[in-house]
Amino acid sequence: MADRALIPLLLVGLILALLLAAATGAFPIPPGRIVAVLAGRDGDAQAAAVLWNIRLPRVLAAALVGAALSGAGAAYQTVFRNPLVSPDILGVSAGAGFGAVLGILLGLPVLAIQLMGFGTGLATVGLVLLLSLSLRGGGQVLVMVLCGIAIGALAGAGISLVKLLADPESQLPAITFWLMGSLAGIKRPDVAAALPAIVTGLVPLILLRWRICLLALGDDEARSLGVEAGRLRLLVIACATLVTAAAVSMAGVIGWVGLMVPHMARLATGPRFDRLLPATLLAGAAFMVLVDTAARSIATMEVPLGILTAVLGAPVFLWLLARGARTWSE
Amino acid sequence: MRYSPASALKVAALIALTALPAAAFDGTPFTDATGREVQVPANPARVFAAGPPAATLLYTLKPAAMIGWVRAPKTSDLPFLRPEVAALPELGRLTGKGDTLNLEVLLSATPDLIVDYGTVSGTYTDLAARVQDQSGVPYVLVDGSFAVLPQSIRDMGKVLAVPERADQLAAYAEATLAEIDALLAEIPEAERPTVYLARGSEGLETAAKGSINAEIIERVGGRNVADLETKGLANVSAEQVQAWAPQVIITIDRDFAARVATMPEWQGVPAVTNGRVYLAPATPFGFIDAPPSVNRLIGLKWLAHKFYPEKVKTDLTTAVEEFYDLFYGVKPDGAALAALLGG
Repeated sequence: MADRALIPLLLVGLILALLLAAATGAFPIPPGRIVAVLAGRDGDAQAAAVLWNIRLPRVLAAALVGAALSGAGAAYQTVFRNPLVSPDILGVSAGAGFGAVLGILLGLPVLAIQLMGFGTGLATVGLVLLLSLSLRGGGQVLVMVLCGIAIGALAGAGISLVKLLADPESQLPAITFWLMGSLAGIKRPDVAAALPAIVTGLVPLILLRWRICLLALGDDEARSLGVEAGRLRLLVIACATLVTAAAVSMAGVIGWVGLMVPHMARLATGPRFDRLLPATLLAGAAFMVLVDTAARSIATMEVPLGILTAVLGAPVFLWLLARGARTWSE
Repeated sequence: MRYSPASALKVAALIALTALPAAAFDGTPFTDATGREVQVPANPARVFAAGPPAATLLYTLKPAAMIGWVRAPKTSDLPFLRPEVAALPELGRLTGKGDTLNLEVLLSATPDLIVDYGTVSGTYTDLAARVQDQSGVPYVLVDGSFAVLPQSIRDMGKVLAVPERADQLAAYAEATLAEIDALLAEIPEAERPTVYLARGSEGLETAAKGSINAEIIERVGGRNVADLETKGLANVSAEQVQAWAPQVIITIDRDFAARVATMPEWQGVPAVTNGRVYLAPATPFGFIDAPPSVNRLIGLKWLAHKFYPEKVKTDLTTAVEEFYDLFYGVKPDGAALAALLGG
């Protein structure tokens, strides 16, 4: 019963978070007038422009990024059968970060920086998968994770090198802000560029969620139930990487969400992926919308999302650790 | 006590280490902004500037003594620099722990003096003392606050043994500041424009009120809208800029300046609506900051023209021409000046 009520409950929570976010902002628009402004029944063209061009794209982007990172986190945790895995385990964040800061160093336009981050994020994971399949013990999860750590470290070194080469007066601050994650500069074209990739990645995860459940049992059990574990795992990794790369290249590096939200959802749903995924997507979207609303309203300046998610995420994570691993193993 | 050959070597090395700097320290004592008394050579001929602000000041005072750049000038800067110094190598910067400059590289360029110009804080005081102890090259730090600029030019001139040149530049600085003060005396607070400083290609990076990157805006009476929780650089949202509704936008980003008129999220901002978005010239040194050094004196005049077009009637091109001639030792032609100011 409680199980069935969960999804509608989360949906209501997400809608409330979206409404709160749409009604909050630095530009003074009384909440009561927002609907009128959006419907075009209010003559204030400036308010309409702020809502359509700045505030709403950003709220939508926050929801997308939250859902993408959390969903990818849940998928990664399930296929790697490890609750400590986050979406950047195979180096996607470090890779996307490297591409994006390189784009900043080269002085590319913003959309090109986003595309470059997206491309290098995907390429990094592609390289990790190729390496792990060609090494001895090919395709083993441990080999894959170790390759991810190694390539991720290389990408991290690349980021440091770019920082060193960047102009300390103009480019370095931009790189630093980007690496801390922010939705401050989001525009409609940015969302439009990321949306197809996020949807393309999430749809197979949603459609295949029962099969993905079986991966949590281990390869042999999955095979005995008729699921080719290796191939399915690669597909899940590809999808989760696609959505993470799209989210990171749009919003910068935002840690913790992909690790923490699946754990919070798991408290309510238990470890089964078919139940976990919808709850994670909704909770992640709502969480990110709220965090981003805080990021733009607790101070006049933007508070980087990477800081807020860590400040909120670390205590929650420690509390989960204190509760022990029951929620994972039962 | 036992004496091993190894410990004898250590003692010898210690003696050598302490003796070496002392040998290089003959000269006139100078008490720098950190309060350290430094023995400065009588006529420094090979001077290294520790950071970009110092490099600019050194270039304007005694270009012949430069041994390298902190960062090599960009190709677009070259027409505005003395050709004999423009080609000097890039050596890197001394900033404390994250140096891009290896002390051995610095020493192989045989400097007889290191100068720095900027913030006087515990970190930089200690850095000056450490580099001097380690390299044996005297290291002088001059206060980089904008308020004491004329005096700092004179101090640096004294250290570099070019007092007449320094007097000339300091007099220009004093006259410029007096000019700005006289201008501001006629303009009531309420008539001074609200200003947003846009950085980055999206224009959403800004320098907060009170930061070194925006201080000359306030010096010319601009009311910086970004009164933030920080005194440095920060990101803000487009919605926040809309809420601030600045009358003037100053930017250092060419890309942003070119696109702002067509970016939907900037429409309706008074500065954009009224065409008052101004791109600060940046060659060979920035008008606003980049680096925060004597180059900002021409920035003051430029800002006065942009902020109070009805009040300031002097010719900007002539002022820039004079400044480049006096400070940078170059006479850009009409086309170069138009390109510099037209951007």
